[in-house]
Formats: sequence, structure tokens, C-alpha cells
Amino acid sequence: MPDTTFPRFVPVADCGLLVEFGDTVGGPAHAGVLALDRALAARPVPGQRETVPAYVNLMVVFDPAETDHAAVTRAVRERLAHPPEARSAGRLHEVPVCYEAEFARDMAAVTDQTGLSAEAVIAAHLAGDYEVHLYGFAPGYAYMAGVPDPIRLPRKPAPVRGIPAGSVIIAGPQCIVTTVTMPAGWWVLGRSPARILTGDPDRPFLFDVGDKVRFTRVDRAEFDRLSRGAA
Amino acid sequence: MSRAVLHVAQAGPHVSIQDGGRLGWLRYGVTESGPMDRIAFARANAALGNPAGAAGIEVSLGGLTVDCAEGAVTLAVAGGGFVVESAAGTGGSWTVVTLRRGERLVIRRGPWGAWTYLQPAGRLLARPWLGSVATHAPSGIGGGMLAAGQEIVIEDARVLQKVECALPCPVTARPRHEVAVVLGPQDRFFAGEAIAALTGAPYRLTDAYDRMGVRLRGPQLVPEGALSIPSEPILRGSIQVAGDGVPAVLLADHQTTGGYPKIATIVSAHLDGFVQLRPHEIVRFRAVTPAEAVGLARLRARQRQPFDR
Repeated sequence: MPDTTFPRFVPVADCGLLVEFGDTVGGPAHAGVLALDRALAARPVPGQRETVPAYVNLMVVFDPAETDHAAVTRAVRERLAHPPEARSAGRLHEVPVCYEAEFARDMAAVTDQTGLSAEAVIAAHLAGDYEVHLYGFAPGYAYMAGVPDPIRLPRKPAPVRGIPAGSVIIAGPQCIVTTVTMPAGWWVLGRSPARILTGDPDRPFLFDVGDKVRFTRVDRAEFDRLSRGAA
Repeated sequence: MSRAVLHVAQAGPHVSIQDGGRLGWLRYGVTESGPMDRIAFARANAALGNPAGAAGIEVSLGGLTVDCAEGAVTLAVAGGGFVVESAAGTGGSWTVVTLRRGERLVIRRGPWGAWTYLQPAGRLLARPWLGSVATHAPSGIGGGMLAAGQEIVIEDARVLQKVECALPCPVTARPRHEVAVVLGPQDRFFAGEAIAALTGAPYRLTDAYDRMGVRLRGPQLVPEGALSIPSEPILRGSIQVAGDGVPAVLLADHQTTGGYPKIATIVSAHLDGFVQLRPHEIVRFRAVTPAEAVGLARLRARQRQPFDR
């Protein structure tokens, strides 16, 4: 029997409609989110202000002076019934990471918990195929799924203050390259010179939701060179 | 071009540069920021003939003292019931004052309200990001938080001769003790008793109150088996319940996504009145339908129209 529970349309206050495609991360729900996101980018519904894709659902934010939940629900159903042409695959980004000790403050804790050597932890992190599932927490924090099993760890019991911008941090299946200095409860494996906040007004963020990421290893000299180049 | 320079002699916590907000970037983790009380902010700009969304200073209960170091500029102060001291004397917020070189302006907490806005007749210089100088307090992105010793430069500073000194304080700018909410989007994770408690019992704001949100005190709302729902999009006004059953209302600098269940969401028309409540004040939540919430938003948009030029 097909699952008729989804998509589910949940009103949020006076200006949001949450379109849900499932309950669990890792299932087919995210494909539904990406498909609707593309459909609404190609053909926005009247009164649409913005869309916010997440793991299993997507928020349509609308102007209540122009439309309402019922009209947006009808328009979204219509977009779902007539999706745009075949999906364009997300772009692939290569993101350099320097894993040297001064940038990898949690490497010892990660090797302790996983029983792996530092080199094995790095190899595992580099082996992952990552996909940007959503943004959250702070500007430009892209949640990438794809951390391989051997280095999946629960987050720290409490966040640590002052994790520098550019830190490559992991928790569970997720990895983030941080963009600002903020507290974080995830494990710091290294630092990237990549500019997620690009400074380009036409394309201010490096990734779009749905993009793929592969990490490449750089040494300190290369990190410095790339950091200068990016500055 | 006339220019005025204000020297910050004192700034309480949570005093920041804000404009109309950084809209349209939620999908990249960028929340809108902007003024906590959008009505008062709009009235202050309108009083000076500024464009809607022009940059100014959001002042918290911690207050602000500035000295005019150069030039002269007319300023509007609107929002809450703050005390305003200037060369013209001591009065309340909802006022227009002109500050000249060597003069001091003091804004401090008064009888009611939690936020007020100091808007200059002119262009406040600040570093924009994504086209907005609104400060996102947790990351410091935007114009930034203010601290003693800083200078505020206002370009095209104007001194307005013909302007009403007293601004009317609209009833919608008063603190709102009864606030309409739409249940959800994750009310299904809560038992009927929790919904009844949220919409029946009084809650109080606590001191855990900043631009990101405010924690409430009142009956616990324990979610049923929803401790790890997938992170999902959040809108301003969301009432989120952490594992300890304590609800918190997420405000201007809220995170854009989060994994705690959201039992209800405050309608946008009532958010400006909600944020003018002070810590320890009482709030009651009343459930309305999504259609009623849209009706409230449209009513509010009509009321605001003259001030949103």
C-alpha cells in the first residue's frame, strides 16, 4: 500500500506552511524536499517569500496579505503533481582540510572513542561522500550528511565556546565547516580555508542544499597559501 | 554633506545596530534579525521621514548614553516606556530630540517595555552583510553590538525644524499580555493536557531573554517521544519545548532550523507586543485557527501601512 500520510501540510502561524515528506532522516523524504524546492524555485507560488528546505520537510514562507495556508497548499499540491524536468544533479565541491594538530583540537578524543589512529580517522573522514542536507544553527552552517560509520560519535555533553571559523566539525553522520566563531558541541577534526561565505554578492554561499562535497587533505603550507588566496 | 558623530559613553547588554532585517536568506541559515519590535522601529523612522527600514539603534533595558562629538542631528526615540534625558529636559520615549555638539542623550529603562529605538534623521554608517546592517547578535554579523567608547557616524545628518516632539504611542505598541498562537507545527507530540496547560495557564517570561529568544516559566510541557525529531525549519515566534519541558519563544535572532518540537507559534501580529513584556511579567496564550491568524496579520498590515513607506 502506498503511504498516504505524506506529503502532510502543516500550517505555521499566519505566514508558513510546512510540507512534510516523512518522519525519519535518511529515508526517501529528502528527495521529496529537494524536488519541491526545485519546483518552487522554478515556479514560485503567489505570495511566496522564501522556502527553507530541511531533512524531511520544507517550509514555504508566504505573505499573509497576499495569500493564505489553503491557497498555498493548493498551489504546492499542483507543483508536486507537475514537477519540473529531470533534476539537475547537485554540484560537486572539493573542500580542502588541514588536519594538523593545531587545528584538530579534538583528534585525541576522537581516536580514544573510536579506537582508531589519527591517520585512520583522517582517512575515514576523507572517504565520506557528503551531501548538503540543510543549513542551520548560524549563517552558512551547511549540514552535510555522509560521515562514515567508524567515526560517528554522539555530540559532546556541552558545547565548547569559541570554536574558530573554518573548523571542520563532526557529530553522528553530520559534518559542518563553520563560518563564524561560535560555540559548538561537535568534534573538531581540522580546519578548512574554503570560504563558505564567499563575499560574492551574486552567490554569497558556496553550497546549495543538494550539493555534494568531497574533502581533500592539505598540509599547513598549502592551507596558508589557500587562506591567503581566499582572503 | 553634513555629518554627525555620536560617541557611546555607555551601552547596556543587547544594544545593537538594526535595520529592517536581512530577509530571504533562511535557507542559508541566515535569520532575519532586525528590530525586536518592528512597529516601534517603523514609527521612529516614519516620524523623521526616513525610508522604511533605515538603520538605527535598538536599545535594551540596559540603556544607552551617547555624546554628540561633531555636528548636529535630530533623533527619534520610540518603543516601550523609556526615560529620555537631553538638553531639552527629561521625558519619555516616543519623542523627537535634536542633539548638538557637546550635548548628551541618555536613554534608560522607564516604567514599562523592554526595547526602544533611537533612529537618526540621516544615514547611520555600518558595515552591511547581504545588503543589511542588522546585527545578528550570536555571530556578531552586521552592524554589531554597541559598547562604550565606540563612535557612531551619521552621514547626511539633518536637523528637523518642523517636527512634532511628541509621537503618538499606538495601542499595538503596548506590551501584550494575551497573545494569539497557532498550535503546531509539532503539537502532535504533546498530550492534550500539555496543550491545555499552554493555552490555559499563565506563563511568565524569565531573565533568560535576549534577541534569540526568551525562556518561560510555568507548567511543564513534556513532549511524548519527540526528543530527536529531525531538525526542521523554524519561524520567528515559534514556541519550542526542550527535553526539560520548559517552553521558550524564539525571536529576531532565532536559529533557522532546530530539532526540538514546536508546540505552537505566536502570530506575527502579536510578536511586537509580546517582546515589550519584561522578565517576570505574565503572558497567556490563546489558540486561534490559521485562518484567524491570517486575518490578524491583514488587520495589522492595514494599521501599519502609513508607516511602511
